Amino acid sequence: MAEDSVITEEMRSMIDVESDETVYEIEKEPIRRWADAIGDPNPLYRNEEYAKKKRYRSIIGPPAFVDQYSFPVKLGQRQARIISPFTRKLNGGDEYEFFIPVQAGDTVTSTTKLVELLEREGRLGKMLIQIYETTYKNQNGEAVVKSRNTDISY
Amino acid sequence: MADQVYWEDIEVGSEIPPLVKEPDPQQLVKWAGASGDFYQIHYDKDFALGNNLPDIIVHGALKSAWLGQLLGDWVGEKGEIKKYGCSYRGMDIPGDKLTCKGTVTNKYEAGGEHCVECDIWLENSKREKTTLGTAVVALPLKG
Repeated sequence: MAEDSVITEEMRSMIDVESDETVYEIEKEPIRRWADAIGDPNPLYRNEEYAKKKRYRSIIGPPAFVDQYSFPVKLGQRQARIISPFTRKLNGGDEYEFFIPVQAGDTVTSTTKLVELLEREGRLGKMLIQIYETTYKNQNGEAVVKSRNTDISY
Repeated sequence: MADQVYWEDIEVGSEIPPLVKEPDPQQLVKWAGASGDFYQIHYDKDFALGNNLPDIIVHGALKSAWLGQLLGDWVGEKGEIKKYGCSYRGMDIPGDKLTCKGTVTNKYEAGGEHCVECDIWLENSKREKTTLGTAVVALPLKG
């Protein structure tokens, strides 16, 4: 089985290597558009006056906002490191841990790393599974969100 | 939004008020634009069929965002979502009626917080659970 493995030594060498930092300036309109796309009418995500009455500086992002908004950047970081032999992709799962709500006006800095590489035989054929962990910190250096994403290619 | 829920009111087995979603292809395009996930399996049917998929499929991340909405609506402004996660076990097709649900599996105090653990999931119109997850939330006391 080992000689058939699609996981190379080069891929394994990427495990636990932190990416460069990416900085996101959190703005109001992307949060509102994001809440619209989900269909979530919560005024905390839309109405700044309302959010200010509820102890926030501005509108806040829905729980998984920052991790999902950063998707294109994370995807680029993954593809720069691991070249999967498979071109078809699926999202296997997402986990989020929340510490402080992300608010408009925050500057969030993230780093991501590959933590696990697996190979599975599935309904769709052979699959390469990559698990990434990403940490997001605010302008005060406080962790706001941590995430764990499972990326499948087949 | 519903009335504020309190820790004292919750028991193991309590149900989270369900959240129903009936996504159409336009909503998937809106999500693609908002999240920056432009993978064609979510809006180009020929591309999806060419990838051995039954149709265009709902983004996994959109399903997890809906589970976040389910939890946020439930815990209210005095509650807090500590963590949640889910795995995407089955594909969902726009046009189907999808329901986010949850039940309480444990409640406890930790570090001065009043926490509740839940199973959360999304099921399709055939009642198949296509997305399975867990969550931990903190709820306020009536006090």
